[in-house]
Amino acid sequence: MTCWDVISDYGLRSLGFGERLLPRDDFTICKQVVLIGSGMIWNVYFGTVALLAGFFLAVGTAVAKASANPLIRKPAEWFIFVFRGSPLFIQFFFAYFAFVSLKGAVPALGGLTAAWLGAVIVLFLNTAAYSAEIFYGALMSIPKGDIEAADAYGMTGWKRFRRITFPTMMRLAWPSYTNEAIFLFHATTLVFFSGFPSRGQMGDALYYANYFADKTFNPFVPYPILACYFIILTLIVIGIFGLVNARLNRHLPQQNRGKLRLRLNLIR
Amino acid sequence: MKKLILGTAITALTAGAALAEGHSVVRLGTEGAYPPYNFINDAGEVDGFERALGDELCARAELTCEWVTNDWDSIIPNLVSGNYDAIIAGMSITDERLEVIDFTENYTQPDPSAYLALADADVDLSSAVIAAQAATIQASYAAGEGMTVLEFATPEESVAAVRAGEADAVLADRAYLAPLAEAEADLAFTGENVLIGGGVGMGIRQSDTELRDKFTAAIQSMKADGSLNALIEEWEIGELF
Amino acid sequence: MGATIFSYCSDPSTIEGLKWLSCYLTTGKHISMYWSFGTVLLLLAITAPTALAFGFAGATAARSRIAPVSWIGKGYTAIVRGVPDIAFFLFFVIALDQLFEWIRHEVKCPDWTDPIRQGNDFVVCTEAKLPLGNAAAWVHDTYAFFLAVLTFSIVFGAFAANVLTGAMRAVPRAQIETGEAYGMTERQTFWRIMVPQMWVYALPGLSNLWMVLIKATPLLFLLGIEDIVYWARDLGATKTPKFTDYPHGDWRMWYFLALLVFYLCFTKLSEIVLDRINRRLTLGQATAAGEAQRKAAA
Repeated sequence: MTCWDVISDYGLRSLGFGERLLPRDDFTICKQVVLIGSGMIWNVYFGTVALLAGFFLAVGTAVAKASANPLIRKPAEWFIFVFRGSPLFIQFFFAYFAFVSLKGAVPALGGLTAAWLGAVIVLFLNTAAYSAEIFYGALMSIPKGDIEAADAYGMTGWKRFRRITFPTMMRLAWPSYTNEAIFLFHATTLVFFSGFPSRGQMGDALYYANYFADKTFNPFVPYPILACYFIILTLIVIGIFGLVNARLNRHLPQQNRGKLRLRLNLIR
Repeated sequence: MKKLILGTAITALTAGAALAEGHSVVRLGTEGAYPPYNFINDAGEVDGFERALGDELCARAELTCEWVTNDWDSIIPNLVSGNYDAIIAGMSITDERLEVIDFTENYTQPDPSAYLALADADVDLSSAVIAAQAATIQASYAAGEGMTVLEFATPEESVAAVRAGEADAVLADRAYLAPLAEAEADLAFTGENVLIGGGVGMGIRQSDTELRDKFTAAIQSMKADGSLNALIEEWEIGELF
Repeated sequence: MGATIFSYCSDPSTIEGLKWLSCYLTTGKHISMYWSFGTVLLLLAITAPTALAFGFAGATAARSRIAPVSWIGKGYTAIVRGVPDIAFFLFFVIALDQLFEWIRHEVKCPDWTDPIRQGNDFVVCTEAKLPLGNAAAWVHDTYAFFLAVLTFSIVFGAFAANVLTGAMRAVPRAQIETGEAYGMTERQTFWRIMVPQMWVYALPGLSNLWMVLIKATPLLFLLGIEDIVYWARDLGATKTPKFTDYPHGDWRMWYFLALLVFYLCFTKLSEIVLDRINRRLTLGQATAAGEAQRKAAA
């Protein structure tokens, strides 16, 4: 069995395609690399969906936290506090518990107990809370002069937010937000590890790494493979976020760009 | 004459000391979360069938033993790395494991696995969703049989999944499920028992043949005088020898 | 059934209500759980400064003019930050333990001829074992704790190094130049000007790291430490009358709820303390916040 065969058999195993059974003997490096890589599909899926959806909730929550009206501010503060103040793993536990009970009451919501939906919701709320705190910090440090200048031009409300507040907030928050994205992708490994059940042996990268460690009793091969995958994923995330950062700062003089990046690494 | 006796006594003593030096204290690794084999009792100590068995084996082999708990996932890597000297944790003797560690003679008969489902449910096992603990022999067995397996991190969660209706039945060691089926009215065994693993034995490093032979001898002596059967009956582990 | 705190607990099957609960919550196993809160707090208390030291070393190395030292510093932060902490914890403790034993083996038993790796086994001479084979149980526990602290410190030290690197660069260049103008050497400007001033820039990042560290403690069980989550899982699981005097159903929810409250309170407390430190550190600094404090006082 060449490595190409292994790729066609197990490359999409984490989604349920290819061989039905996981390898039971002859655990070659190739098999481990392919299956763990196959599991990465889930990690990327969880991270990307939660991050994209979480972004919008985070911006909304950050603005709500900055609101003068306590009816809007208090819920935002509590939401951020609860999700930032407790370990993700406990959040998974309660979410799964709640989803199972909900399924009993409303059978139409059955999909929630599956990882592809339920875990995404938890990760979405979690990253929204963390990002909201970052965005709120950035919102608070927008230079007063920017807002005053907008007022002078007669901009108010939505227009001022869209043209002035929001872009500046993004620019200030972006380096910390990059860190949050990295943390989120790492957190996706917890989904099957202590959160949701894996169905039909379809799991994420850590699930398969764990499978191999359990079969070969040698943790020194599968976990470093997993680590390599994540280092690559982290580099890709940093690269993409770097491009966005460059775009956010494209109007600034060349020298200031670097400086912004460094100073703002500190918020998270 | 007196001197000579003293001399032999000293040699005997030092020889004993030299022997013991390899294993002055034998550390026994267990999981502590798998009643009736091993669990942590109300007082916070390791208890169960294997606690009683291990203490007796150590007494017979004239070893000083100490109990250590370790997470199931890393229980074999920690043994081969030398963090304890033997695994006594309801571990079935399988070919996969034999490639990495040695086992003593088995101290239980092959333990059947069983399906536990809701008492009032009529489960068709061939098309059922089966809950199991992740990375157990039961999980890979059910996957091999073509069932849809739902894998949970702990056995507790896999039983909870049956209650919640997430899975139709849970597949686990019968000895683990039996007390639950007995105590909880809403759960009952369904279908036939399945024989998956071999008997349970103590896991020992492959380089440590001396310790393996000592424990095997002790197990044999317990089998011979019926004290092992007495323990198996007391803890309702399964079939007798 | 073992020692009990209240005399009426000797036969739990006959009592009920609050009395039962008071007995249940004072079993030896529950006491172990309460102790584990202490273990977690102690681990945090030791890990935080150790990780900071690792971070400081990493950040300083990354700034070094000597290329290999700089590579080590940068590589350390880049690699460790890129890997999820669980993946690290799953194999790192065993690796560290084997490394220490191998070093001791080389030093203590130079005459040893057998290979260290015999098949799958890792075998060192008896004198090199860590802790020694006949050591008391508490020595083993302490060693496991030490390994856990070290592993946590290495992981979080990488994040701290990242924060400190940023903080060192954030100290205004003019401050360093002033020092140089006074005839200070590079070493002197580093220790007397940069290091005292960088903390205010590093604090927000370090505070966040502290919060992340608190929330990583549920992973301690992977490192062989019996932490609060381990006990909550064990105690909350269904207990049948056969193995306990206090049978109950699946109570994990209540135990996890208690943990949730603990973590929320601990986070809140940390926020309050860190806020105070921040205000203290800002005093007299050349930042907007420091300026605001100065004006408010004047």
